[in-house]
Amino acid sequence: MADWYTNFANSGFGTTITKQLGLPRPVELRRYEPGQPLLPGPVVVGSAGAGRLRDTVTAVLRDAGVTVQSPVTADGATGGEKLGAVILDASGLTTPADLASAHDFLAPAIKRLRASGRVLVLADPPADATTPAQAAARQAVDGLVRSIGKELLDGSTANAVFVPEGAEASLAAPLRFFLSGRSAYVDGQLLTVSPADVPANLDEDEPLAGAVAVVTGAARGIGAAIAEVMARDGAHVVAVDVPAAGDALARVADEIGGTALQLDITAADAPQRLVEHLRERHGGVDVVVHNAGITRDKLLVNMDAARWNTVMAVNLQAQLDITQALLDADGVLRDGARVVCVSSQSGIAGNRGQTNYAASKAGVIGMVRAWAPEFAARGATINAVAPGFIVTEMTAKMPFGTREIGSRINSLQQGGLPVDVAETIAWLSQPASAGVNGQTVRVCGQSMLGA
Amino acid sequence: MAENAKPVTRRAAIVGGNRIPFARSGTAYARASNQDMLTATLDGLVARFGLQGESVGEVAAGAVLKHARDFNLTREAVLGSQLAPTTPAYDVQQACGTGLEAAVLVANKIALGQIESGIAGGVDTTSDAPLAVGDDLRRVLISLNSAKTVQDRLKALARIRPGMIVPEIPRNAEPRTGLAMGDHAAITAAEWEIGREEQDELAARSHQRMAAAYDRGFFDDLVTPFLGLARDNNLRPDSSVEKLAKLSPVFGTGEGATMTAGNSTPLTDGASAVLLASDEWAEAKGLPVLAHLVDAQTAAVDYVHGGEGLLMAPVYAVPVMLARNGLTLQDFDFYEIHEAFASTVLATMKAWEDAAFCKEKLGLDAPLGSIDRAKLNVNGSSLAAGHPFAATGGRIVASLAKMLHETGPGKRGLISVCAAGGQGVVAILES
Ligand SMILES: NC(=O)c1ccc[n+]([C@@H]2O[C@H](COP(=O)([O-])OP(=O)(O)OC[C@H]3O[C@@H](n4cnc5c(N)ncnc54)[C@H](O)[C@@H]3O)[C@@H](O)[C@H]2O)c1
Repeated sequence: MADWYTNFANSGFGTTITKQLGLPRPVELRRYEPGQPLLPGPVVVGSAGAGRLRDTVTAVLRDAGVTVQSPVTADGATGGEKLGAVILDASGLTTPADLASAHDFLAPAIKRLRASGRVLVLADPPADATTPAQAAARQAVDGLVRSIGKELLDGSTANAVFVPEGAEASLAAPLRFFLSGRSAYVDGQLLTVSPADVPANLDEDEPLAGAVAVVTGAARGIGAAIAEVMARDGAHVVAVDVPAAGDALARVADEIGGTALQLDITAADAPQRLVEHLRERHGGVDVVVHNAGITRDKLLVNMDAARWNTVMAVNLQAQLDITQALLDADGVLRDGARVVCVSSQSGIAGNRGQTNYAASKAGVIGMVRAWAPEFAARGATINAVAPGFIVTEMTAKMPFGTREIGSRINSLQQGGLPVDVAETIAWLSQPASAGVNGQTVRVCGQSMLGA
Repeated sequence: MAENAKPVTRRAAIVGGNRIPFARSGTAYARASNQDMLTATLDGLVARFGLQGESVGEVAAGAVLKHARDFNLTREAVLGSQLAPTTPAYDVQQACGTGLEAAVLVANKIALGQIESGIAGGVDTTSDAPLAVGDDLRRVLISLNSAKTVQDRLKALARIRPGMIVPEIPRNAEPRTGLAMGDHAAITAAEWEIGREEQDELAARSHQRMAAAYDRGFFDDLVTPFLGLARDNNLRPDSSVEKLAKLSPVFGTGEGATMTAGNSTPLTDGASAVLLASDEWAEAKGLPVLAHLVDAQTAAVDYVHGGEGLLMAPVYAVPVMLARNGLTLQDFDFYEIHEAFASTVLATMKAWEDAAFCKEKLGLDAPLGSIDRAKLNVNGSSLAAGHPFAATGGRIVASLAKMLHETGPGKRGLISVCAAGGQGVVAILES
């Protein structure tokens, strides 16, 4: 399922050519499949600072049956089994001097990391620091992790999770996600969790079992992949798309045993129709994924009002209106509901010719941040996912050069697949992700744009 | 229990429907077969109601124009669909009444408790219609097939004459009169003195109302696009009496010729399906009950020698059904009278208003009376959508059930469908 260049670069002839020419050598990423072990190799766990999070880390690794090697053995042992992941618990840093032990631990461990390995750093949020030195030490983690992400080869990724005091239980789900193949294209990200009552997933193989999940824009592209992954994870998917895309939508629904709802989300009565449908057919909804989105590119000076307005209506206003209608409808948005809104890299970095699109996608990020407390009060969450360069029918139509450059300017040297976005959204939709709220997670292979 | 009342059975629920947009003959679906269209329609229905891998009680559907390869058409469509292969199916054919008759058959089995759920449907293609060879050529080909030696075969082939190689393209004509359906309708139109303008008005209104219904999103959960078509391509949202008035008559003769291509339905391709069930089945599946099928009636007229119009059978069927249900013609919130021709709808209503006709032909003491036009075909009908013969009934049943549901509980709708062969199928739905 990799793109042509990745396939080519990994062929016998392609390997020779790309090496000789010094071209990027993207590898096929380790992607999740049901039944797959959490990691393809053992883990080493180290500390820099007090190490408040060790218990949570140990419990997650034990439950997943991952072998934990001691860093001492790892250090200097050249012939040992290659590592699946390197985890640094950097909670309790007080001064930048504490970071020296981070360096001491990480350098030899990362040398032993296998392909599609994971580097994960856990720390306290810089914003909660009580002294400038403490804030400096915590913020340093940001630069450290992002740089590791850029140094890693062969499909390996580096990410960080900031865990405030009292939010230790919220760490487990992100930890599993970042270690697993579900996070294949998530790289260089800094996630902050929050304290929450975190329910366990009833079934790790089907974390969405019994859930009703709405996915807009599900007829094709990323939306169709989200629908597939949600169904694989056990959800009944209500696949929504415009009536004109109804045949493709029906095929998606039939493929995954879901249902098709033909609805233009920008219609005046769309929120009400969706609410009624969910109430009548399913008695409520557990997961809502606002994925439908459009582009109408033009330089701002040449952009007519229609382009501006339609993009805003689909990408932002519909998400606001539908979410509000669900919040207002008694009992429809179930307790513990998960809302995931698709933003975009353009909403973070901006993009020439996309003032309307970037504005709408940045708006989504502001929206989830603002709504998070209200959702938390219901045991629910609302988050955004910002895809980078994802290989879809849409991007397949881009000119060759633009497409090739777009897909290579990231640490993983390749475009992501729709399934990578879908896996991230499905993870945020899990009951156990209760402690991730108001966040925007980029699925961009650590793109250089807006980083 | 009153003497003439129906025995107590349960009423079949109409859960919803699906159809593909209808396409004028030889256009978007020119290369699609009956089976392609029916299968796609079933799959759209399955997707709407989450029936993947389900075995429903049975699927009854049919086509009016069938190829020899359409043997066991409905069962073959089921096997190609997302429904469980253990779903039984059979073909029905009652000309333009096929779709509604199929719904009645399924509803009756549900009412009797023989099945809990079922799908009724219909499909037709006039683009991919079977071409028959003439009887002369057919005889030659049969003897060719049974010839044992090369010589016998050559002998058989030698009997072929150029004149034989003209395929018989199926015509929309009555076998017993040789008249096209439109010619029959023109006779009735003349008899009932149906004017050109009122026909054009009815046709324009049908187009305008259906276009408005599409714009409102009314068909969002009734239609699934197919082969690039998202709306019926016969639909003319800008249709008007002025535009229709410019067309020349195509049926009837001389002064009295009023029927044009604009106020008659065109040959059309398409398919439709309706999901019916017991209330319990719908409830258990979390599916809505839009309406119930209350009763149905068929009738046939002797249009060959009996002096009645070919398409007038519903006029006879309705009073029988009304009497059985203790209803008058005015006790309805919606009327769906299939627009085979605008003149058919108008003649039907005129006959019900006519005291002499109601007394002499229908044996009634008083005329059935008139219908509030505001309640007639409110979201358009066949003149706008087109009329793929067997698919029309399913289109009407699903649309009417939705209208009734939207209007609220206890609302009633009347369906009247005329059919070739002098037959008619009518039914009552109630929300
Ligand atoms: N492909 C990428 O590289 C990329 C990158 C960043 C963000 N995104 C975002 O991901 C989402 C999916 O993108 P995609 O690449 O799959 O696009 P796509 O065009 O392939 O799919 C979008 C779907 O949304 C549907 N849709 C559009 N308007 C709608 C409306 N009014 N009501 C209901 N459905 C509607 C479309 O019919 C289509 O099926 C979008 O929000 C997009 O902005 C994509």
